[in-house]
Amino acid sequence: MKPAAFDYYAPASVEEALDRLAELGYNGKVLAGGQSLTPAMNFRMARPAALVDLNAIHELEYIKTPPEGGLAIGSMTRDSVVEHSPVVLEKAPLVVEAMPNIGHPQIRNRGTFGGAIAHADPAGQLPGISLALRANLHILKKGSDRWVPVDEFFLGPFMTVIEPDEMLAEVVLPPLPTRTGTSYKQVSRQRGSATQSAIASVVSLDEKGKVANVRVVMMSVGATPLVSAAAEEILIGQEPVEEAFKEIATKASETEIDPSTDMHATAEYRRQATRGLIIQSLATATARAKGKGG
Amino acid sequence: MSAPIKIKVKVNGVDYERTVEPRLLLSDFLRHDLELTSTHVGCEHGMCGACTVLMDGVAVRSCLVFAVQANEHAIETADGLGTETALHPLQQAFMEEHALQCGFCTPGFLMSIIPFLRDNPRPTDEQIREAIDGNLCRCTGYENIVRAVKKASVTMAGKAK
Repeated sequence: MKPAAFDYYAPASVEEALDRLAELGYNGKVLAGGQSLTPAMNFRMARPAALVDLNAIHELEYIKTPPEGGLAIGSMTRDSVVEHSPVVLEKAPLVVEAMPNIGHPQIRNRGTFGGAIAHADPAGQLPGISLALRANLHILKKGSDRWVPVDEFFLGPFMTVIEPDEMLAEVVLPPLPTRTGTSYKQVSRQRGSATQSAIASVVSLDEKGKVANVRVVMMSVGATPLVSAAAEEILIGQEPVEEAFKEIATKASETEIDPSTDMHATAEYRRQATRGLIIQSLATATARAKGKGG
Repeated sequence: MSAPIKIKVKVNGVDYERTVEPRLLLSDFLRHDLELTSTHVGCEHGMCGACTVLMDGVAVRSCLVFAVQANEHAIETADGLGTETALHPLQQAFMEEHALQCGFCTPGFLMSIIPFLRDNPRPTDEQIREAIDGNLCRCTGYENIVRAVKKASVTMAGKAK
């Protein structure tokens, strides 16, 4: 239960960190909040040769409201800061709703918003939330940068498009359309313990109350968080009624997920939970969208 | 470098300078290098909360922070709360309400509750239960801990006036 030896670097600026990552290449690993990486190192499931610790880089800790709307969150912003931010509650209530499920208060005091997304745990909340909210991810490397839409970001369990010499610097959450409601639902044995199944829904209604757009993201039931195609096929242009939610839930839970059995839940349990949570989550998001009137 | 690194850490108001390997966990640094043994090591992967300390006033798992990351930071542990003859009001309340039996989890609970009561001096039972949801206790069943926190919130608020 002690980590293997590693080289340690604590750059004071983004520039310095990118220089170090370029120099280390495949030997380097970014350390953000360390609430997933450090336990993996304690178990020696992860044995990075060198850590580039971003905790001294305060320029990566911020929550901004860009002129075009939405939110821009610096990758090293602590989860607990995001959780208690009035502006996040106003602009992206889905994020705040999911937060209490991430570990425990002490974990969220240290864990970071960008770190969780870059870690890409398929059972994690923030990868799925960023997918539900159609995030744009700003990725830096020495001498260049790129923006990656979240739909192209996750490659597999704990795998993303981020290269060893790159780092995630900012997460942009675009503004939600008017008459949009969101909902997060999760089952786990106790709050803060491993996710058995979780659903994030985003429902936008048109002026007549029909569904203009919908996004249902399923977590902990595949190699990455998964977007339900059935939700869009069945619901867009239609009335948001329970019958449609049930049809989506059945189709998604039977054909769109690939849950596995582990110590936290059986695959069959995850399938059933996913079906139930989709119905609940779509109903809640729809009610919230209607509540916004417009 | 995996070569030892010199760090300066303030623990319970005292400045320490030590040279440590990067892989040394803050929990082990406190216990073995500084011999401050109130910080208990349970699971070493962030589940149990026994190793909770304050880093710059914020509760964190010391098993999920490397000692080198505490360089130039201030740490507080249960060693600094009270003495045997002058317990901290929270420790006093834990004793009076039988909020511990074996005591292994207790320092972690104390260090989680101290900042919680600082930010929320008059919590509800529900808020107390949320605040301690990251600390495991296998003896008490939590009821007495909730009662102790409630009691401490009253005595501490009284003293603040």
